[in-house]
Amino acid sequence: MTLLTVRDLRVGFGRDPRANEVVKGVSFTLGAGKTLAIVGESGSGKSVTALSVNRLVDFGGGRITGGSIVLERGDGSRLDMTTADEATLTHVRGRDVGMIFQEPMTSLNPVHTIGAQIEEAFRLNRGLTGEAATRAAREALERVRIPDAAQRLKYYPHQLSGGMRQRVMIAMVLASNPRLLIADEPTTALDVTVQAQIMALLAELREELGMAMIFITHDIGLVAGIADEIMVMQHGVAVEQGSLDAVLDNPQHDYTRHLLNAVPHFTFGNTVRDDGTRNGQPPIVTVDNLAVRFPVTRGLFRRRTGAVHAVDGVDFDLVPGETLAIVGESGSGKSTTARAILGLVQATRGRIDAKSGRSGRPVQMVFQDPYASLNPRLNVEGLLAEPAIAAGQRVDAKLRERMVTLLERVGLSRDALTRYPHQFSGGQRQRLCIARALMLNPDVVVLDEAVSALDVSVQARVLDLLIDLQREFGLAYLFISHDMAVVERIAHRIAVMYAGQIVEIGKAAAVLATPQHSYTRRLIAAVPAVARRRQRFTVDATQVPSLVRPVGYEPPPAQWREAGDDHRVRVEETA
Amino acid sequence: MNYVTQRLLTFPLILLGVSVIVFVAIRMVPGDAITAMLGTEAGLLTPAQRQALAEYFGIDQPIYIQYWRWLTGLFEGNLGISSIYGRPVLAVILERFPLTLELALLSMVIALAVGIPAGVFAATRNERASDLAVRLFAMIGQSTPNFVFALLIIYVLSVYFGYVPAMGTFTPLFVDPLANLSQLIFPALTLGLAFAASVTRISRSAMLDVLSDDYVRTARSKGAPARSVVWHHALPNALIPVVTLSGVEFGYLLGGAVIVEEIFALPGIGRLVLDAINQRDYALVQGTVLFIAFNFLIVNLIVDLAYAALDPRIRLGNR
Repeated sequence: MTLLTVRDLRVGFGRDPRANEVVKGVSFTLGAGKTLAIVGESGSGKSVTALSVNRLVDFGGGRITGGSIVLERGDGSRLDMTTADEATLTHVRGRDVGMIFQEPMTSLNPVHTIGAQIEEAFRLNRGLTGEAATRAAREALERVRIPDAAQRLKYYPHQLSGGMRQRVMIAMVLASNPRLLIADEPTTALDVTVQAQIMALLAELREELGMAMIFITHDIGLVAGIADEIMVMQHGVAVEQGSLDAVLDNPQHDYTRHLLNAVPHFTFGNTVRDDGTRNGQPPIVTVDNLAVRFPVTRGLFRRRTGAVHAVDGVDFDLVPGETLAIVGESGSGKSTTARAILGLVQATRGRIDAKSGRSGRPVQMVFQDPYASLNPRLNVEGLLAEPAIAAGQRVDAKLRERMVTLLERVGLSRDALTRYPHQFSGGQRQRLCIARALMLNPDVVVLDEAVSALDVSVQARVLDLLIDLQREFGLAYLFISHDMAVVERIAHRIAVMYAGQIVEIGKAAAVLATPQHSYTRRLIAAVPAVARRRQRFTVDATQVPSLVRPVGYEPPPAQWREAGDDHRVRVEETA
Repeated sequence: MNYVTQRLLTFPLILLGVSVIVFVAIRMVPGDAITAMLGTEAGLLTPAQRQALAEYFGIDQPIYIQYWRWLTGLFEGNLGISSIYGRPVLAVILERFPLTLELALLSMVIALAVGIPAGVFAATRNERASDLAVRLFAMIGQSTPNFVFALLIIYVLSVYFGYVPAMGTFTPLFVDPLANLSQLIFPALTLGLAFAASVTRISRSAMLDVLSDDYVRTARSKGAPARSVVWHHALPNALIPVVTLSGVEFGYLLGGAVIVEEIFALPGIGRLVLDAINQRDYALVQGTVLFIAFNFLIVNLIVDLAYAALDPRIRLGNR
């Protein structure tokens, strides 16, 4: 039974949509209760294709320029969405086609309670009002496993975490019992363990309600566990489509093969780097018992009522030529640790020793967002000159020579010097950021989620560049990331952070292959992988503990146990 | 509410600062009160008479003593005696204030009632002819001087519609509400439509921002009709800048609208200040400026409370 038939769909943007098509003739069918995964990188047209199905693309400035989208509605009638009027579409949206989005942080209305927003969905699609709507909303929240549902109805979105908000979005969709759910990268903005929870929830609800799903993602490993069919998109065209196993086991198109092979995939420590060099060199950076706390104040006189223990008792060292990856989820303190090392936040306690080796400024940093971390009003020459100017150097021929050398080294040409950041792609910008960090010939580069904002295939190339530069200049990297697949590619050693503390640290292969701490195990179990696609996840609603502590609280000293050569694990408190 | 008491505690400090500035500023203007009061006849005064008058008004003392006397008076609710009216300053201000307050409120009601719907309408018709028309009118409304507006309104309403309001002396609201409103409707339209032009522009741009937000898309995806998307989901999120602008404009209006009061012969705060400055009525200038500053503080406080009412993130903080 076919629920949805899309034929030769074309979608364009701007004043002349036919000339600016981003979807160029896509066809697929979707059976009732089946899941189609659309996989592709940014600009592939995957989201536009999905938004065309419920015609939300119209509100983003898009126009359907050709083709048809025929949906079988609940009453058995067939409707061509491309020609339907707005009144009909309003009925179809919500009632027949539900949707969840990428950004749970911004997808809920900040001025209405989540209860009001879920109730609205019940009112619009089931005609429920008053008590009945409230009861239905509470049941929907319980169904997506939100504890204290009755209380939470009165919460506003900003009072909930990202994972919770995405569950609220799902609860809202449940109101209409849609025949089709469109999920547009629903877990991309979430931590990996939360992602596993949401995926498990979606799989469970899909079975229960028998709804079909279009699941959009850039992560081919993620869809492996949930999809029946896969469609791979590139530049607005479906380059390959077929059943899950056929596409994953026997890819026909080069681009599919590229996504499956060239892109970092997690392999449980089987593909870690083997050029590790820890042979008794003195460390270049030593961090000893680092703590960073932010005061929590209250009332008229800003009385201190406690402190957020963002980083608590962190020790590690870093030798030249080595990559230490700090992994953890949002709020684990990994970025705060990096910022403390650069002096961007004040350490409350502890010592950070960074030896000045080759230059006066041994530590440089590359940030996550290459769009926000380059001043749009400076050209590349100005951007690269800035660290040198800050260090009191003169902008002369020698400095320009260095700029050109570094630009060429990161894969950009000399004429980039006179161009501005907006003229470069995301990957090129991150290369510029790397060149800028290397201008002062540092010993250590702190990379804070430096490849997270990049498309997967760009990610792979930037990681290769980083590894080459490390070998060439003997750089030490402190690589902060939440992405285990990326970490596996670049790290020699890994420190796992949880709730402000390192819970496990050691050689990358050891930590990834034989994780000891329960959190590390949970983290690794949550990483989606093509190899594990037949494994089923169960919904696990463990929450990260609060880091707010009363004034004067000192954590008990950490107990460590050796789990092998260069592999230490924090002893867990047995409750 | 903790926040309100916190803000109220800062009021006296701000008012003290304002009082010092205005006290010094008015005395830096050339000319003196006695000459201003008596005009050319001041030349006929003997030095002794002049001295006696100066002593009577307390302006013979050094400035810091004058200030101290005035300040201590303030704590007893005594803003001094107006030299023009020969009556307590506070009484003179309070007599004028109801008119100014009423005019400001009427103007704001007109501005919001016209400006918000116009702005929302224009935003939903982005770049279409109706949007361009609204924007053109808003631009004209904002750039046309008040007096031109006033004359246009008088002309259109009286010549074309034959509507002539009750002229003559001003009738307070509680004496005869109808006569009062008919006297105020022209000036309120004059001020309100210019104010509405700014409200239109700011609500249009705020709505445009909000309409492309993710939660608006969510509302559409769950089948909310267009009207509900615009008024229920988008507008409440777009009101913060509108409130900010309205607060500032309303605060200005409470300080009086000199030109409009002059054109329509209304005894408001604006003309009071103008007269007081022209005639070097030190006590009256100080009193009115302090009063206006106080009003501004109250309006700002109300604006802050309105933010909290509109946005739960401000109301509840990031918990």
